Amino acid sequence: MPAIIVENLYKQYQLGQVSTGTVAHDFNRWLHKIRGKEDPYEKITGENSREEKGNSKYVWAIEDINFEARQGEVLGIIGRNGAGKSTLLKILSKVTAPTKGEIKIKGRIASLLEVGTGFHPELTGRENIFLNGAILGMTKAEIRSKFDEIVAFSGVEKYIDTPVKRYSSGMYVRLAFAVAAHLEPEILIVDEVLAVGDAEFQKKCLGKMKDVSSQGRTVLFVSHNMAAVKSLCNRGILMERGKVVFAGSADETVEHYMRINAQNLKQKVTFETKEVAVGNENIKLKSVAVVPESPFITEEISIKISFWNASESKVVKVAIDFIDLNEDVVFGSGFDFHTDENGVCSGTCIIPKDLLNDGVYSLNIYFNSPELRPLWNVANIINFEVEDKERNSAYFGKINGAVRPKLNWTV
Amino acid sequence: MSKDENWSEIIRPKRHWLDLNLKELWRYRDLIMLFVRRDFVSVYKQTVLGPLWLFIQPLFTTITFYFVFSRIAKIPTDNVDPILFYLSGITLWNYFSDCFSKTSNTFVANAGIFGKVYFPRLATPISIVISNLIKLGIQILLFIAIALYRVYFHGAQININETILLLPVLILLMAIMGLGLGIIFSALTTKYRDLSFLLTFGIQLLMYATPIIYPLSFTSGKLHQILSYNPITPIIENFRYAFFGIGYLDIPGLIYTTVFSLVVLILGVIIFNRVEKNFMDTV
Repeated sequence: MPAIIVENLYKQYQLGQVSTGTVAHDFNRWLHKIRGKEDPYEKITGENSREEKGNSKYVWAIEDINFEARQGEVLGIIGRNGAGKSTLLKILSKVTAPTKGEIKIKGRIASLLEVGTGFHPELTGRENIFLNGAILGMTKAEIRSKFDEIVAFSGVEKYIDTPVKRYSSGMYVRLAFAVAAHLEPEILIVDEVLAVGDAEFQKKCLGKMKDVSSQGRTVLFVSHNMAAVKSLCNRGILMERGKVVFAGSADETVEHYMRINAQNLKQKVTFETKEVAVGNENIKLKSVAVVPESPFITEEISIKISFWNASESKVVKVAIDFIDLNEDVVFGSGFDFHTDENGVCSGTCIIPKDLLNDGVYSLNIYFNSPELRPLWNVANIINFEVEDKERNSAYFGKINGAVRPKLNWTV
Repeated sequence: MSKDENWSEIIRPKRHWLDLNLKELWRYRDLIMLFVRRDFVSVYKQTVLGPLWLFIQPLFTTITFYFVFSRIAKIPTDNVDPILFYLSGITLWNYFSDCFSKTSNTFVANAGIFGKVYFPRLATPISIVISNLIKLGIQILLFIAIALYRVYFHGAQININETILLLPVLILLMAIMGLGLGIIFSALTTKYRDLSFLLTFGIQLLMYATPIIYPLSFTSGKLHQILSYNPITPIIENFRYAFFGIGYLDIPGLIYTTVFSLVVLILGVIIFNRVEKNFMDTV
C-alpha cells in the first residue's frame, strides 16, 4: 500500500539575482496570465546541471519525478550533490511548492531536515521543548504527555530549566533530537545532514529510523552515503540532474549510482599510437588504468601503466602520487621500469586492500631517468573513486583520515 | 474523486485563491500561543529593567512630545491635559504601528525556520499581533494610572462616557488593520527588500498624518478632509471622545475604518497565502 505517491513533479528555479530586473519579467508574466496565455518563462528549460552554464534564466531543479513509497519501507533517495534531492525534500516537507505535478500523502509527515528548528537561545530547555514540539506539529497536550520521556531521552534533566544558550553543543543537539524523536509521524523524512553528529548521536538517529520503519511507518532517507543506504534501506531511487534515473532495490540502486559515478570519472586513458599520445620527446604515454574501475575499500587496486620510452636510458623510474579531493598527497610510490624490444615500458602498481579511505583519488605520474633527471610528468591523468562497502558498526559517517588501513588490534 | 479520499494530504503547485485553510491554523493554536510566550519572555531576558521598558518608552515619548509640541510649538490639545492627550495617542498608535511593522518582515525574519519546517505561516504574524496586544494591555494600565495621578494631583479633566465600551472594537480594528497591512508588505518584501526601508519611514510619516500630537479639530479645510481619510483617525478620535469627552462620536468614520480594515485583512491573507508557498525560492 503506497504511503506517498509522487506524480509528474516539476520544480523550476530562477537563476541569478531574483530581486533586480525582474519587475519587467513579473509584469510580462502577469500580462500573459491575464490574457490567458502560457507563462513565457516556463517554456525556457535548462537542465539542472552545474557544469553547463546555460543562457536560460530559469532551470528545472527537478523534472518529471515519479515514484511511490510503500507503507513501512525505508526508501533511500541517492544522487550526487545538485541532483535535486534537497529540492524534492523541500517540496515533500511543504517548505516550498512544486511548479507542476502533485504528491499524495497518507498520514502525518515529519521531516528532520534539521533538528532544533526554532530553538530560542534565551529560553530554557523546558520552554524550548514545547516551542520546538509545537513547530513540528505537536499540540501542547501531546508534548506534555511525552515531556518526561523526552527529557529522559535527552539526558539533560539537570539543566532543563537553564537557557539553552548555556548548553554545550552536544546537549543542545541531544535535546533537539529528543523532541524530534518523539514525534511519531506516519512518514519520516530524514536528511543525511543529520548524520554529521558524533557517533553516539548517529546511532540514536539511525536507531530511531529503524524503530520507525519496524512499526510499519515509512521512512524517506536522503543520502549520498552508500554504506548507510545499503544497510538501512529496502529500496532506493537514484536521482541525476533533477530526474529519477533508476529505481529498484537498495543494492541495485547503489550499484547503478556507482556505475554512473564511475562514468564521470576517468579511470582509464589509452593511446593507440605514439603519434596521438601525450608526452614529450622522451616519454609517450600508452595507457594508464585503474582496475577495478570503482574499487571497494576491501579490494586490491591495481594501477596499470605503460608508455613508449624514447629516452637515452633503457630504465625509467616511474613514481605515482595519490592525490585526494583536498589536493593533499596521500602517499607516493615509485619503481624502475625496463624497456622491452618494442620500446615499451609496462608495469603495475598494486595498492593493498584496506589501505585507501573512501573517496576520489587522482594520480600524478612522474618519469625520471636513473640519474633522477626529469623526463616527463603528468598531473591528474586518471581518477577513481574508492567506495565504502558496509560497516559493522552503527556509524555511517566518513571515517577520518587520508588512509584507512586495517590494523591489528589486541584486547 | 472517491480514490482521493484515502489521502490525508495532497501537495499541489497552487492553492485556490480562497483556500485559506483556517482549520489548519486553528490546529496550530498552541504554536501561536507559544510564539507569543517566546516573544514576551525572550525580549526581556538579561535586561535590568525587564518589562519596565514597556512603561519607559511611552512615558519618555510623551514627555518629549509635551516639551516639543505643547511648550515650544504651542499646539493646543483641545483643553485636555497634554500629558494624557499625548500618552493616549502614543499608546494606541504604538499598537497599530508595532502590529504593522513587526508583521511586515514575517518572511524575511523567519526565513530560517520557514525553510526547514512547515506550519501555517500565518501563525507568526498572528502571534505578533497577540503579543503586542498584551503589551497594549499593560500600557493601557499605565495610561489609567497616569490619568488618575494627573486628575488627583494636577486637576486634569477627564470625562469618561459609555462610548468607552467601544474600546475593544477600536483595538480589534487596529489589530486587523495592522495585521492586514503588515502581511501585505511581508509578502512584497520577500521580493523587493527596498520596501522595508520605505515602510519604517512611511509609518513614521503616517503618525504625523494621524491626529496623535494634535486634535483633529485643530485642522481645517482640505487638510482636515485628508486627515479624515486616514482610517486610523476615527480610532484615535473616538477614543479621545470616550475618555476626555472632546470631539464627537464618529460612527460613519468607524464604519469606514471597519470596511477598510476588513478589506485590507482579506486582501492581505489572500496575498500572504499566495506567497507563502514559494517565498523560499526568492527570499
